[in-house]
Amino acid sequence: MNHGMALDILLPILIPLAAAALSLICWRSRALQRGISVMATTGLMVAAVVLLVRVYDNGIQVMYTGNWPAPFGIVLVADLLGAIMVVLTGITGLATAIYSLATISKAHEHYGYYPLMHLLLAGVNGAFLTGDIFNLYVWFEVMLVASFALLILGGERAQMEGAIKYVTLNLVSSAMFLSAVGLLYGLAGTLNMADLAEKLAPHQDNPMVQIVAMLFLVAFGIKAGAFPLFFWLPASYHTPRVAVSSLFAGLLTKVGVYALFRVFTLIFPLGDSLIRDLLLGMAGATMLVGVLGAAAQFEFRRILSFHIISQIGYMLMGLALFTPLAIIGGVFYIMHHIIVKSNLFLISGLVYRLQGSYDLKQLGGVYRQHPWVGILFLIPALSLAGLPPLSGFFGKFIVIKAGVEAEFWWLVAVALVVGLLTLYSMIKIWAEVFWKEMPEGSTASVQQRGGTGLMVGTVVALASLTVLIGVAAEPVYQLASATASQLLDPPGYINAVLGDRS
Amino acid sequence: MNNPRQHQSLILRVTGYFLLPLLILFSLFMLLRGHNEPGGGFIGGLVAAAAIVLYMIFSDVKAARRLVAVDPRDLLGWGLAIAILSGLPGLFLGQPFMTSQWMELDVPMFGMLKVGTPLLFDIGVYLVVIGTVLTILLTLAEAED
Repeated sequence: MNHGMALDILLPILIPLAAAALSLICWRSRALQRGISVMATTGLMVAAVVLLVRVYDNGIQVMYTGNWPAPFGIVLVADLLGAIMVVLTGITGLATAIYSLATISKAHEHYGYYPLMHLLLAGVNGAFLTGDIFNLYVWFEVMLVASFALLILGGERAQMEGAIKYVTLNLVSSAMFLSAVGLLYGLAGTLNMADLAEKLAPHQDNPMVQIVAMLFLVAFGIKAGAFPLFFWLPASYHTPRVAVSSLFAGLLTKVGVYALFRVFTLIFPLGDSLIRDLLLGMAGATMLVGVLGAAAQFEFRRILSFHIISQIGYMLMGLALFTPLAIIGGVFYIMHHIIVKSNLFLISGLVYRLQGSYDLKQLGGVYRQHPWVGILFLIPALSLAGLPPLSGFFGKFIVIKAGVEAEFWWLVAVALVVGLLTLYSMIKIWAEVFWKEMPEGSTASVQQRGGTGLMVGTVVALASLTVLIGVAAEPVYQLASATASQLLDPPGYINAVLGDRS
Repeated sequence: MNNPRQHQSLILRVTGYFLLPLLILFSLFMLLRGHNEPGGGFIGGLVAAAAIVLYMIFSDVKAARRLVAVDPRDLLGWGLAIAILSGLPGLFLGQPFMTSQWMELDVPMFGMLKVGTPLLFDIGVYLVVIGTVLTILLTLAEAED
């Protein structure tokens, strides 16, 4: 097999891993760690784009780790979905790394912020690229361990409170995931996802197989922040540093969504099964509960956290409808959402830098003082709400059109109402933070620290990407469409991994 | 606990001094035994870390830090780096990442010895495990003081 191609798949995992090791070795020097962090995330983004181009041109890429043949060894597989996710990880990683330069304090850096960040990125990319279900579990754990530590870095009371819910629910989910993997191994005698897909294909009606599928649904549902077990997310995401929140908001739940897309297209393809009905219900409830939760909040980042949940609902809707158009919509939605959501969190940090609070009641008049911050907020906010011509409009449009075609009217109605409520929520932030006068007796104050230029630069770059996805929706749609046809063609994946045996 | 030494058992201290070198040797034995037989870097690292923690219990944290000589965080970084490096040789030979490379060494008295990159990987894991466990436990012990 081609040696160069193997390296392409490896680099998105190896670069952050090596960066974690290097920044641990250099833990005494802040300057070195910062340098490594920016260089490594830049390298990661380049490597990810190279991988995506390679996969787009040449089809699914496979690497047999340790030269053990599949299905015996662990394989790394990059299909379009995996490669797209890795690119998005690269973008979010680089944005976070640059933003961190201006916002992360000396104490945080001293306690290992950068090594943990790289470890998190390695775990996320590993999860996107592995072709082995147990290895997926291992990468999930790498990611979670790093996220536990990042979440409590600083050790404030609110962080500990949030972390308890976060850790407990994620451990429950991990335990379920592991049990499901064990049962699956007992049933099929293999852990390779392609091999599993092939072995289980004739036995989809077997009750045991359905139970295992259900376990995966619950386990990944928790990780994705789907209804009903989502409350760890709004309890914890607003507590760490903004750069950490942004990284979590962009990537962590999406790893759960990715795992759902992978498992329920490849190993347990959704037919007219109970699981599909459940997933449809979950999608609707997730959208609705998330957006209603946001309406009751008056903390900038908590509102955004609840919106993560509601947006996850759209992605699940794309998967659950399980028509080609719906999957395209789901993939498009993920691409749009990761960038918009990370950016909104970064903007909340920028507002904090300018006025010293996250509380909507303490903030005000940002638009009068800094009109450009207002504009920068409106781009991702309106995109999130789904206004044309921004990226979110196309994501919602495709998913809802798929819903109309599949004649799931109630779900379409929910999706439309939730879109409207999202707009309400964004307008609430706009009115409170940017438009109204600064309230009398507000305790808010300007936080004087350097590097605001870096923060603004990051936000501008991500906002331009949002505009770009909206303007160049056609090529992005083509990419999502190619991804969807790969996802709906398990034999293609199986042949790529196990070799053509037809 | 103002003076932890007051609460210590004499038996623990005496046996501890004997156990420390034995446990370290045992951990190295576990490390080298791994790969084909039960053992390996992970379990070896745990044993070594346990030995040092035992030492910490019957002396004190500062003495334990002196015993390790390097900061546990350095062990963590270097261990991770070694483990990553052990996967690279295969790449230069046109094989996938982590492909094992073996060579035979003729060691006097022992005979033929087969060493390869998996040992390097295990050494990396060994250091990472010691580094992690000690970082956590020494920090906790210091927070208690």
